[in-house]
Amino acid sequence: MSPASGPRVGLFVTCLVDAMRPQIAFATLHLLEEAGCIVEVPQKQTCCGQPAWNSGDNRDAAALARQVIAAFEPYDYLVAPSGSCAGTIAHYPELLGEDPVWGPRASALAAKTHEVLSFLVDVLGHVPTGQRLEASATYHDSCSGLRELGVHDQPRRLLAAVDGLELRPLEGDNVCCGFGGTFCIKYPAISNAIVGEKAAAIEATGADLLLAGDLGCLMNMAGKLNRNGSKVRCFHTVEILAGGGDGPAIGEPQ
Amino acid sequence: MTVADQPSFKARADAALADRTLKTAIERTTGTAERKRAAALSTFPEFEAARSRGKAIKDHVIANLDHYLETFERNAVASGARVHWAATDEEARDIVVRLCIEAGAKRVTRSKSMLGEEIGLPQALADAGIERVETDLAEHIIQLAGEHPSHIIWPAMHRTREQVAELFKADHVPAPDAEDPASMVQSARRVLREKFLSADVGISGANFLIADTGATCTVTNEGNAELTTTPPRVHIVTAGIEKLVPSTAHAFALLRLLVRSATGGELTQYTTFHCGPKRSGDADGPEEMHIVLVDNGRSTMIADEFREMLRCIRCGACMNHCVVYRQIGGHAYGGTYPGPMGAALTPVLDGLARSRDLAFACTMNGRCAEVCPVKIPLPTLLRAWRVRSWNDGLEKGVASAAVGAWAAVARRPGLYRLVSGAGVGILRLIGTTGWIKSLPFVGGWTKYRDLPAPSGGTFMARYKAERGKEAAK
Repeated sequence: MSPASGPRVGLFVTCLVDAMRPQIAFATLHLLEEAGCIVEVPQKQTCCGQPAWNSGDNRDAAALARQVIAAFEPYDYLVAPSGSCAGTIAHYPELLGEDPVWGPRASALAAKTHEVLSFLVDVLGHVPTGQRLEASATYHDSCSGLRELGVHDQPRRLLAAVDGLELRPLEGDNVCCGFGGTFCIKYPAISNAIVGEKAAAIEATGADLLLAGDLGCLMNMAGKLNRNGSKVRCFHTVEILAGGGDGPAIGEPQ
Repeated sequence: MTVADQPSFKARADAALADRTLKTAIERTTGTAERKRAAALSTFPEFEAARSRGKAIKDHVIANLDHYLETFERNAVASGARVHWAATDEEARDIVVRLCIEAGAKRVTRSKSMLGEEIGLPQALADAGIERVETDLAEHIIQLAGEHPSHIIWPAMHRTREQVAELFKADHVPAPDAEDPASMVQSARRVLREKFLSADVGISGANFLIADTGATCTVTNEGNAELTTTPPRVHIVTAGIEKLVPSTAHAFALLRLLVRSATGGELTQYTTFHCGPKRSGDADGPEEMHIVLVDNGRSTMIADEFREMLRCIRCGACMNHCVVYRQIGGHAYGGTYPGPMGAALTPVLDGLARSRDLAFACTMNGRCAEVCPVKIPLPTLLRAWRVRSWNDGLEKGVASAAVGAWAAVARRPGLYRLVSGAGVGILRLIGTTGWIKSLPFVGGWTKYRDLPAPSGGTFMARYKAERGKEAAK
């Protein structure tokens, strides 16, 4: 596929990646371009509105939804390095469904919105090759991607193509890490108990790396592992696929 | 305990988190339930089709509830039972207590029923001076401990075998061998047997109300429902109106889902249909059978966004697979029903102002909906409570205020770039080692875990710098 012939993709950076770990968005950009996409970064984007949506604040969530729709509807696809942000956009039709103008626009955008790992495999049929990383890794399925978008096999297929990378099964890989967006701030003690068990399960694999597809979950698990003194290094899956596994992991100085 | 005396949800949750014995008890039961359910489903390839059918049966009944209620009443009356209607929990318990008094009851046996808990029957019987004997083994434990159920299938799941041994030692004469579960079960059996035959009234719930026969159906693994409902002169059934199914065949379609989802079995040890009182020629059975049909908020749910909750068949799979329930157990939820289904139902029963935490104390991970045998979209229902709570002005905390402020900035991309750029700069100054160990405003985070510092300037700023302004459309 020549670069000029590929689909036009609007990269939805996500507010968390924008602020906390830009290399995830650069890795996503790289993988999409390598797969032949024409990638643009709409400047009118900020947040998908998930904090408002999850708080029951429909008015603010709808305002942010309209902003995302307006910014991304010109593209063939919206692609995000996050199952939970893409999952929120998939809920826009519920939020705006009764609006005669915005309802159909919300449905149209939801239909062309994808989480990056599943987009690469399911839509583009692209599995990057030529990466090499001598390490063992375990993988946590972030809940929104797993249950709302069906992201499960795709990351494993993509990671299997990285030479030298040994994937170790994680006990309870489909069990929530306890992040839950505002949940971890509103109910920190419960969240801590959940992520404590997750961290123990990760440690029990003996893997060098923890990989996942959502930065919120990764920050939660990485933060707990580091507090516990663990040596496990945490990356977003796209970073490994784009050759960033030799660079600093989450929380390591640049 | 009155409402005013009850500690807050957070205080209850904190107490539960600090109780390591509780954690052991929860993990033993829910862990086993999860494994057994998975094993049962691995030999039930038609599960997805059965779920769709179960959902369709319940949706059909709820859409035609008036028809099925009338049909059930007509057929139940024809079978010789008497049907009573209760609009509220108070009406329901008054009816049951009045029936017990009319029967001259001094002692009643009761077979486990969450509806009975919902309408406050144990307390109402005590207030009326009627001795209540719980005949389900776990309910017997709960009664000895003076507690409420912490799980809808295993009411005493918060108690370890060791704790149960202590309770039996204090109550049973002679005390059973605490080291031997079989001896403890035998002991409970002996204690309860004496009481089964001397009860004046037996009270049960119903897993299903069969419209076309007027029968009620109970499922147990201990046979206690049969001994509760058969020897006493009077049998009283209390059931929520959503328990209706058109026919026995529909009840069996739902039973296949219920039992596998609840215990991982294919069928319970006992599945009993109670159709009217003793007829001439019957060897045994009650002289009177009363069926109390309880609304208690259910009919209002038909018309609102919580309608889908009326499909619930009370299997408990949602709580067995809930990360929050598995940390705090059932009592912390503070209502009759715990876990995800309880979080969706409790605001209907107790009011949102008293239970608003429940919908928010959820990570929205969706596993409850994934395992639900009748496909109730529990996260969607919990979010609907969040919306109501937000709109009712009940969300007054700092976190909620922060969400509003965040949204206000996020609606202005230019301002957002300034604020996010500044925020990232500050966090990078604080977290020069890569990790932030303590930070005001997110103290809930840093109390328990470290916060990774931003790894560089914002993506949007770096992208603009690297790719030039023409790329940044």
